[in-house]
Amino acid sequence: MTTTPTATAPPEAPPLRRTRRSKETVLAWGFLAPSIVVFALFLAYPLGRTVYLSMHGNDIIGRPSRFVGFSHFAEMASPEFGQVLLTTLLFTLGTVVPGVAGALAIVLLLEGVIRGQRLLRGAFALPFAFSVASASVIFVVFYSSGNSVLNGILYRVGLSQVPWLTSQEMALWSVCITTVWMNLGYGVLVLAAGIGSIPKEINEAARIDGATGVRLARDVTVPMLGPQLFFLIVISTINALQGFGQIHILTRGGPSGSTTTLVYSIFEEAFAYSTSDFGRASAQALVLLLVVLVCTAIQFGSIERKVHYA
Amino acid sequence: MTAAPLTLGSDAPAAAAPAPRRRHRPSPRFLLGRAVLYLLLLLFLVPTLFPVYYVFAGAIMDPRELAAFPAQLVPTGVHPDNITAALDAVPLVRMYGNSLVMAGIITVSQLVTSALAAYAFVFLRFRGSAVVFALFLATLMVPGEATFIPNYLTIASWGLTDTFAGLVMPFLAYAFGTFLLRQSFKQFPRELYDAARMDGMGHLRFLWTILIPLSRPALTAVGVYVFITSWNMYFWPLIITRSSQMQTLQIGLNSLKTGEASDPGLLLAGAALSVLPTLALVVFGQRFIVRGLTAGAVK
Repeated sequence: MTTTPTATAPPEAPPLRRTRRSKETVLAWGFLAPSIVVFALFLAYPLGRTVYLSMHGNDIIGRPSRFVGFSHFAEMASPEFGQVLLTTLLFTLGTVVPGVAGALAIVLLLEGVIRGQRLLRGAFALPFAFSVASASVIFVVFYSSGNSVLNGILYRVGLSQVPWLTSQEMALWSVCITTVWMNLGYGVLVLAAGIGSIPKEINEAARIDGATGVRLARDVTVPMLGPQLFFLIVISTINALQGFGQIHILTRGGPSGSTTTLVYSIFEEAFAYSTSDFGRASAQALVLLLVVLVCTAIQFGSIERKVHYA
Repeated sequence: MTAAPLTLGSDAPAAAAPAPRRRHRPSPRFLLGRAVLYLLLLLFLVPTLFPVYYVFAGAIMDPRELAAFPAQLVPTGVHPDNITAALDAVPLVRMYGNSLVMAGIITVSQLVTSALAAYAFVFLRFRGSAVVFALFLATLMVPGEATFIPNYLTIASWGLTDTFAGLVMPFLAYAFGTFLLRQSFKQFPRELYDAARMDGMGHLRFLWTILIPLSRPALTAVGVYVFITSWNMYFWPLIITRSSQMQTLQIGLNSLKTGEASDPGLLLAGAALSVLPTLALVVFGQRFIVRGLTAGAVK
C-alpha cells in the first residue's frame, strides 16, 4: 500500500462525546481523504477555474488577462461554432446508431448459432483490444491514398475509388467507420452479457408457445435487453461526445474543419498551435460539460429507477 | 406479422448439426434459415476481423508489397523489415515501459483509494456519509476534457509536465472504483464483520486480512477496467508529455505517422506491437473484462 492514510485529516469534529463514534468518524474521513484530495485538486478546482478562464481573455501564451464576461459564449453564435456543433451531432449519430444496431444484430444472430457460439462471440469482441491510437493508425493505412488497402479492394472488384479522408463530404464518415469498428467489441460484450442474464425459463416458455427465430428475437430477447440497450446507447453517446484520438490521428479536424467536433475544437484552441486561447477553449469545455452532464443524468436517473423496481 | 418469415433460431431438434448431412433431411425451411443466418454473420464477421488480420499481415509484409497499388492482402513471407523500422523510428520499447508504469501506478492507486473510500461508506458510520457518497457519484458526471485545461496549467505550474507524476496525478482516484467496490462490500456478511470486531480486530487489519482477500473478484474487475482505460488514454498523455522518452505507446503510434506520405509498414508494425498485451487480455481474460466493463449495465 502506497497511501496508507494517517488519521490526521478530520475536517469536522463531531459534537458527539462517545469516543467509539468519534473514532469512527476520524477514521472514515481518513479513509476518504486520499480520494477527496484528488477530486478537490483535479476536479472541483479545475471546474471553478474553467469558469474563471471562460470569462477572461488571454495573451498569446494563454495567461489570463482582462475580464471579458460572457463574450466567449456570445462568440459561439457564429457559423463556425454552429458547424462544430453540427459536426459533433453528426459524429454522435453516425457512431451511436450503427454501433448499437450492429452490436444488437450480431448478438441476435449469435443466438441462432448452435455450435461455436462462444468462439464467434470472442471473435466479434476482438476489436475491443485495440486502443483508439492503434485502431486509428490501422485505418490511416486503410484510407491512405498512396497504396490504399480499401481502395485497392474496391479496385479489385471493379468499384470506383473513394476519397476517404481527403474529401470534406467523406472524411467525417470515414472517422465514424473507424469509431464504430473499434467500439463494436464493447457493444457485443455488453449485450451478450445481457442475453446471458435473461432467465432460461423465459426463452423456453416462448419456445413452447411456438416463438422461434425472428419472432423470438423481436418479442422476447430485444425487450428483455432493454436496460443493456439503454446503457449502451448512453455510454456510446458520451464516448462519441468525448471522441478525440481518432480525429487527431486520422484527420486533425480537417479537411477544412469538416471533422472538427467540440472536443477537437477545444484541443485546437488550447493546445494545437503555439498560440493558446484558453479562454475560448474553456468556454467550449463548459458547453461540452453541460451536454455530457445531461446524458449522464439521464443514465443515472434510469439506474435509480431500476434499483427501485428490483 | 403473424408468421416468422425466416427461421433463425433452432427450432429443429438439437441433433441437427450446423452443417446438416444427408442422413436425416432437415426441412428446406430450416436449411434456408441456417443459410441466411450464417451469411448474415459472415457479412458482419469479415469487416470485423479484417483489420485484426491485416495489422499482423501488414506488419510482416515486404514494404514493397504494402506500397504497391492495389496493396497486397496476403503476405508472401515473413519480412521483419517493418518491425525493425518501427523500433528504429521511435523508442517503442521505452514507450511500452512508460505505458506500463503509468497504467500500473494508476491501477494500484485507484484500487487502494477506492477500497479505502468504499470501506468508509459501508462499514464506518459518520455524519454526512450519504452526502459525501452523492458527491463522489457526481464526480463521475464530469468528462475529463472539461478539466484538462486547468489541470494542464496546474501540472505545468508545478513543473511536472513530461514526468510520470504529471501523467498519473489527476487519475490517482476515481469514483467508479469506489462505486463498484461499495456494491461488493455491501454483500459482505455482516456477522463476519461483527465477529471480527468483537475479537478486537482493528478496521485496517479487517480490511487488509479479511475483506480484501474475499473481494478479489470485484477488485480484479475494477483493476482490469482501470488498467485498460489508462493504458489506452490519449488526450492527457498527448498534452502533458513532450519528449519521446516520456511519451506513452499510444502517443508513440501517432508520431509514427508523418504526414500524408506515412510508411504503411511502419504504422502497421507499430500498431501490431502495441496491441499484443490488450489482445492477450481480451483473448484469455474475457471473463474479467466483461465483469468490469459491463458492471454498470447489468443491473
